[in-house]
Amino acid sequence: MRGRLLAALVAVGLSTPAQAVTITGAGATFPYPLYAKWAEAYHAITGIGINYQSIGSGGGIRQINTGTVDFGASDMPLKPGILRKDGLVQWPQVMGGIVVVVNLRGIAPGQLRLDGATLAGMYLGRLKQWDDPAIKKLNPGIVLPDLAIATVHRADGSGTTFTFTHYLSEVDPEFRAKIGESTAVAFPGGLGGKGNEGVAALVARTDGAIGYVEYAFALQNRMTYTLLRNAAGRFVSPGADTFQAAAAHADWTEAPGFYLLLTNEPGRDSWPITSATFILLHRHQPDPEKTREILSFFDWAYHHGDAIAERLGYVPMPPEVTGLVEEMWQQKIVGPEGRPVWHRGGP
Amino acid sequence: MPADIAISRPREAGRRGRLADQAFRALTLLFAVLILLIVGGIIVVLAVGAAPALRQFGWGFIGTETWNPVTNRFGALAAIYGTLATSAIAMLIGIPLAFGIAMFLTELCPRWLRRPLAVMVDLLAAIPSIIYGIWGLFVFAPFVQRYIEPALIGSLGHVPLLGALFQGPPLGIGVLTAGFILAIMVLPFICAIMREVFETVPAVLKESAYALGTTTTETVWQVVLPYTRIGVVGGILLGLGRALGETMAVTFVIGNSHHIHASLLQPGTTISAALANEFNEASGDLYLSSLIALGLILFVITFIVLATAKLLLIRLEQRAGG
Repeated sequence: MRGRLLAALVAVGLSTPAQAVTITGAGATFPYPLYAKWAEAYHAITGIGINYQSIGSGGGIRQINTGTVDFGASDMPLKPGILRKDGLVQWPQVMGGIVVVVNLRGIAPGQLRLDGATLAGMYLGRLKQWDDPAIKKLNPGIVLPDLAIATVHRADGSGTTFTFTHYLSEVDPEFRAKIGESTAVAFPGGLGGKGNEGVAALVARTDGAIGYVEYAFALQNRMTYTLLRNAAGRFVSPGADTFQAAAAHADWTEAPGFYLLLTNEPGRDSWPITSATFILLHRHQPDPEKTREILSFFDWAYHHGDAIAERLGYVPMPPEVTGLVEEMWQQKIVGPEGRPVWHRGGP
Repeated sequence: MPADIAISRPREAGRRGRLADQAFRALTLLFAVLILLIVGGIIVVLAVGAAPALRQFGWGFIGTETWNPVTNRFGALAAIYGTLATSAIAMLIGIPLAFGIAMFLTELCPRWLRRPLAVMVDLLAAIPSIIYGIWGLFVFAPFVQRYIEPALIGSLGHVPLLGALFQGPPLGIGVLTAGFILAIMVLPFICAIMREVFETVPAVLKESAYALGTTTTETVWQVVLPYTRIGVVGGILLGLGRALGETMAVTFVIGNSHHIHASLLQPGTTISAALANEFNEASGDLYLSSLIALGLILFVITFIVLATAKLLLIRLEQRAGG
C-alpha cells in the first residue's frame, strides 16, 4: 500500500513538469465565470492551467487572428466565409439566455409581459411612455405608471447586444432597417452602461428603466425580469428549462461552420432570446501535442462540466451537438503534415 | 560656477567632479530627450492608427454626429461636444467655488478652522475617480433625478432660449450630472493652486490697501487678484486639463450615447468615455481606427488648451511688465 502511494507520488512528481502546460485563451465576457470555474476544476485534475482573459468577443477574434492566444472565444459566431478566409474553426461551447429587466415600482419579477414588437418599439423610441396602449394591451391586470421609458443598452461592444439586436431585427422589420444587428449598434436614444453590471446598475437606479442582461447576472442580482412572448405566441419565463427548450429546436446539423443563432426558435416553451457562445481555433496547428491538450480541455468540459455550468445558470450543449463538434475537430483541425490532430473518443 | 569650485579643491577631486557634472548633465539631457521621444511616439502611433478613419471620412469625421458600428459610419462630433460641454459645466461651477473657498481660507477664515478645511478640500483630490463614478451613479444621480432636474425643468425650462437646455424627462444620467461630478473633481486642484498663490501676496501690499481705506472685497479685486492672476489662470487650466481627460467618473454618469441633444439633461458621451467603453470590443478595422482618431482629437484639444494657456500667460506677463 505504502509502496504504491510512493510510486503514485513519484509518478505525479515526474509527470508534473512535463504537463506544466498553460493554455491561453481570450474573448467573450459572457462565459467568463464558467470558463474560470471549468479551468479551476480541470487544473485540479490534470495540472494543466487554462489562462482565460475576458477581454470581450471583439478582442477574442482579434487575438486569435494575430495568434497571441491558443484559442479565442466569441458570443457572436463568425460567418462560414470569414472562417474559411481566416483559416479558423468554431464551435458552440455552452448556451445561455438574455433576459429583459425593468425598474417599475410595484412590479414584481415575472409579472410584466412583453413581446418583440413592444421591445423593439421601446428601443426605437416609438414607445415613449409605460402607459402606452401597446404595453397595456399585453398587461390587462397591471396598472402601468405615467412614466417615461428609459431604455438602457450596453455602451461597450458585446455579444449580448449582438444577440439582443439580432432577435429584435428578426421580429421587427423597422428595427432591422433602422438599427440592425451587431455587437455595437447606434440606438437612437437611451442610456449606455459598461458591461452587464453597468446595465444592471443603471436599470436598478433609474425609475422607468428597461434593459437587457445575461440571465446568470439577473439571477445573482435578483433583478425584476419580464416574461416574453415566444414564436409560438406563449408568454414564457426565463430559466434553464425554457433555454433548453429553445436549444432543442436548433438544428446544428444544417448549420455550416456551426453558424447558428438560437433566437425566436419555435416551440411552446422556448425562450426567445437564447444564444450559444463559441470557441475559435486555427485549423492548421503547428504543435499537435499542444492542440490535443487544448481540445482535451473542451472535451472534458463537454463531458464533465455540465454540473458546474448548470449551477452558474448556463445550459450545457446536448450530446448530439457535442458529437458533431468532435467530428468536426477530427475532420478539420490538422497538424503540420495535414494529419488530423483529434480522434473521436479521446486523443 | 563649477570651474571656481574645482580650483579651490585638490586636482584629483576636481577632475572627478567635472566628470560627475558631465555625467549628470548627460543623464538629465537623456531624460529630457526621452520625454520628447515619448510624446513624439504617441503622436506618430495615434496618427498612423487614425489614418484609415481620417482617409475614409476626411474632415467630415469631426463634423458628423453619426456613430454607427453597423453601417461603419463614424463621426466624432457627439464625443467632441460632450467633452467640451461637460468640461464647460465643470468650469462654470468649479471656478467660482474654488475661488470662494481659496479666498475664504487665505483671507477670512478663523485660524482654527483654516487647517481642517484645507485638509478636507485636499482630500477631495485624493479620492480615486472610480469612487466618484460609483458615488455619482448610486447616490448623486438618483438625487439629481428626483430633486435637481425636476426643479430645473420646472423653473429654467420655461425661460425662452435657455429653456432648451433643460428639456425632456429627468433621467439623472446625462451631460449635466457628468458636469457636476467633474466640477467636484477639479475643485481641489484649482483651489489648492489658488490658495498657494493667494498666500504669496506680500502682507505689506494688503496692509497698504487697507491703510488706504479699501474694504476686503476691494482688496481682493484690486490687490490680491491682479498680483496672482498668472497663478490663478494656471490653476484653472490645470483643472480644465483634468476635466477634458477624465474618464471613469464620466463614463458612469454620462449615459454613453453618441448623440447631441440641446438639453443638458439628456445622455451624451465624451471622447475618453467612448474610448473606455468601446476599445476592447471594437470589431472591424475602421471602428478601431475611428476610436484611435478620437484619441488623436483629444490630444489635439488638450494641446490647443495648453498652448492657449501659455499664450495667455505670456500676454498677461507682458501687460504686467509693461
